[in-house]
Amino acid sequence: MDFQLTEDQKMIQETAASFVKKDSPVERMRKLRDTELGYDRAVYAQMGELGWLGLPMPESVGGFGGTMTDAAILLEQFGSTLVPEPYTASVILGGMALVHGASDAQQKELLGPMVEGETSLALAWAERQGRYDASNVETKAEKSGGGYVLRGEKVWVLNGHAADHLIVSARTSGGPRDPGGVSLFAVPKGAGGLTVQTVKTMDGGRAARVLLDGAEGKLLGDEGAAAPALGWVLDKAAAASCAEGLGIANAVLWMTVEYLKTRKQFGVPIGIFQALQHRAVDMFVQVELLKGTSILANARAEESDAEARQRAVSAAKATLTRNGFEVVAQGTQLHGGIGVTDEHDISLYFKRMRVLNALFGDEDAHVRRFMSLPGFEEDAG
Amino acid sequence: MDLSFTPEQEAFREEVRAWVKSAMPPHLAAKAEVDGNFSMPEIMEWHKILYQKGWVAPHWPEAVGGPGWDAAKRFIFTEELEKAGTPQLSPFGLVMVGPLIIQFGTDAQKERFLPKILSGEEVWCQGYSEPNAGSDLASLRTTAEDAGDHFVVNGQKTWTTYAQYADWIFCLVRTNQEVKKQAGISFLLIDLKAEGVTVKPMLTSGHTPAFCDTYFDNVKVPKENVVGKVDQGWTMAKALLGHERTMIAAVGQSTREIGHVKRIAKKTLKDGRPLLEDDVFRAKIAKLEIELEALKMANFRALAGAQLGHAPGPESSILKLRGSEILQRTQELAMEAMGQNALTWFNEDGVVPQNEEPVPSTFNYTRATTIYGGSNEIQKNIIAKMILGLPQPGKSK
Repeated sequence: MDFQLTEDQKMIQETAASFVKKDSPVERMRKLRDTELGYDRAVYAQMGELGWLGLPMPESVGGFGGTMTDAAILLEQFGSTLVPEPYTASVILGGMALVHGASDAQQKELLGPMVEGETSLALAWAERQGRYDASNVETKAEKSGGGYVLRGEKVWVLNGHAADHLIVSARTSGGPRDPGGVSLFAVPKGAGGLTVQTVKTMDGGRAARVLLDGAEGKLLGDEGAAAPALGWVLDKAAAASCAEGLGIANAVLWMTVEYLKTRKQFGVPIGIFQALQHRAVDMFVQVELLKGTSILANARAEESDAEARQRAVSAAKATLTRNGFEVVAQGTQLHGGIGVTDEHDISLYFKRMRVLNALFGDEDAHVRRFMSLPGFEEDAG
Repeated sequence: MDLSFTPEQEAFREEVRAWVKSAMPPHLAAKAEVDGNFSMPEIMEWHKILYQKGWVAPHWPEAVGGPGWDAAKRFIFTEELEKAGTPQLSPFGLVMVGPLIIQFGTDAQKERFLPKILSGEEVWCQGYSEPNAGSDLASLRTTAEDAGDHFVVNGQKTWTTYAQYADWIFCLVRTNQEVKKQAGISFLLIDLKAEGVTVKPMLTSGHTPAFCDTYFDNVKVPKENVVGKVDQGWTMAKALLGHERTMIAAVGQSTREIGHVKRIAKKTLKDGRPLLEDDVFRAKIAKLEIELEALKMANFRALAGAQLGHAPGPESSILKLRGSEILQRTQELAMEAMGQNALTWFNEDGVVPQNEEPVPSTFNYTRATTIYGGSNEIQKNIIAKMILGLPQPGKSK
C-alpha cells in the first residue's frame, strides 16, 4: 500500500503543473473555443515533443511504455485549467483502440506519427440507438474487392473533425447488439464516402457526426473480435475522465474557497457563515473521495481481468458522475449570480464536468454494470 | 504507487483470519452469524481471549504490551475482526485513556492503570459531555476543587456509555474558574467505586442499556490522578483526537453490514422473486457499496500516510464523517429490505427471521454514530477552519 509517485511520475506531474500554470491558463481555452479547430495544433505537437502523447503507448511504436496511472497524472493537471487539446480522444480512445485491437504493423504505422504529435486520432464507436453500449453497432462493413466498405452513422466522435485517422467500429456479422461480429477499421481523413460534420459541444470542445457511405476501411486486428478491445478502451477512457474530472473538481473547490474568503456581504467575508462553510466542506469531502476512486480506477484500467477492472472503473465513474457534479454545482451556488455567467471561469468548469459525466457511461450505466458483476453477490450468502 | 498489500501483509491477514476462526468461541461465532448483538459479558469474554493472545491493544507500543505492529498490520487486523463480526471491544480504555496515559502519564500512572486495561480487569468509561456541554464541550461545569492533597469533584456527566459496567471514568473537569474556559480544565481519572459517585443507566432509542448519567457529589480524588498538568486537560483531549484515525471509518464493519443487507434481501421475496434481484433495490445497495469503495480508498491513503509516519492528513478528516454516514445508511437499507418486518424488535411470536430481529434496534442506535466523538457538524467546522482556512466568527476584520 503505497500511494507515493515514482521519481519519473513526480517529474511528469511537475512538468504538467508548470505547463498548465504558465502556458495554458483557462484564458487560452476560452480563446480557442471560438476558433474552427477548438484547440491549438502547435500545442498538441508540443505534447508529442514532451513525450506526453506517447506516455501510455508501447515502446514498439516510440512510446514510453507507461501506464494509465502516468496518463492520469497528466490528465488531472489538464483538468485543472481545462486544457483543450484532444488528449483523451487521440491517445486514450484512438490510440488505445489500436493498442488493444490492431496488429503490430498497424500500430507502428498509425501510432508512430501520433506519438510524435504529427497526427491525431479519433475513435468512432457510438451510435444514436446505442447509448453507452459499444456492441450496439448497426454500421455495416462489407467485403469488397480486397478490402471493406462501411455504411452507417457514428455520433459524438471526439476530435472526429480534425483526426487524421478515424478508428471506426462496424458490424461484420451478427445481430444489432451482438458483441461478436464487431470489427474495427481505420478510415483516413478525406476518404471517399466519408462525411464529417463538426459538432460544437457546450464545454467549448468538438465532437463530430460521421457519415459513412461506402467509405473504404482497413480492417484492424481480427474480423469480428473487437468487442473486448473496445470495452477495455472505454474503461481506460472512463478512468481518464475520472482523472481529468478530479483536476476540475479540485480547481473548483479551491477557487470557491478563495471566493468565500474574499466576497463580502453584510460587512463580512461570506465564508464566515456556517451554512456556506459546510457546503464547502461537502465539496472537499467529495474531492477526497474522487481522488481515491480515480487512483484505483486508473491502476485497475491496466488489468486484463475484466471483472476487477470493471468494478473499479464503474465505481469511479459513478462517483465522478455524482460527486464530481455535486462539487461543480455547489461551487456555482456558492459563487452566486456570477457563477452562472459565461464570463466567470467556474461556468466553464461546470460545463466540462457535465460533459465528462455524459461520456463513457453515466451513473446509471456504471451502477448497473457494477451490480451485474458476478462478484456482487459473493457476500450475499 | 502500489495499491496492494505485500505478500507478508497478506500472509498476516491469513494468520489473523485463521486464528479468529479457531479462537472465537462457538457461541460468539453463532451470535455473530445471527445478529452480532453482544452483551457486555460477551464483549469482555472476547477481550480476555485477545489479551491471552497478546493482540488486545494493536496500537500500543511493544514496551507496554502492544504487539509491535505497523499501521498496515493494525488496519488488516481490525478489518479481519470486523469482517468476522467479533465483539467490538470497549474503546474507552484501550483506544482512549490508555494511549493518553502512555503519551502523557507518569510512570506510576502507567504501572497502576495500563496492565489492568490490557487484561480487562478494569473497565473504563468516558466523562466528557454534560447536560449543558455537548458540542460546546469547553463550557463544562463539573468542578474539581483543590483540597490540599486531593480534589473534591462535584457535577454531572452524561452519555457516559457503559458506565454501569465500568470501574473507572476519565473526566474533563474544571479546576480553574479565573481563566478562559479552555484553559481551566483538567483531565482526571476517577474511581467509580469512590464515595459520592452515582451511575444511572438510561435506555438508548434502540432499547439497549448503553447510556448512563454519572453524578459526582463531593467525590474525593487523589491529586496523582491528573493526567498531564493541572489546567492542561483541553490539550490532553485534543491530543487524544490527534491519534491515528485509520480505524475510525469502520470500513470492515460497513462491508459486513452490506453483506448482511444482501443476505436479508436474498431471502426476502418480492413478487415471488428474491428482493436482491429487484433492480431498484439492488441499485441502492450498489450505490452504497460504491460509496464505501470510495471511503475505503480514502482510508487506504490515510493508512499509507500513517505507514510513512505522517501526521493524519486531510484524507483522515473525512473518515469519521463518511464512515458514520455510510454505517447509518447500511442500517437504513437493512430496514428497507425487511419491509414490514422492520416494525419491531419485540419478536416473541417469531414472525421476524432471527437474522433480521436486531436490525430495528441497531438502526435506532446507529443514529448516534454521526453525533458522538464530535458531531459531524463539528467535524465540518473543524475542516472549514483547519483545512479550508475559512474565516471564523468574531475574527473578521
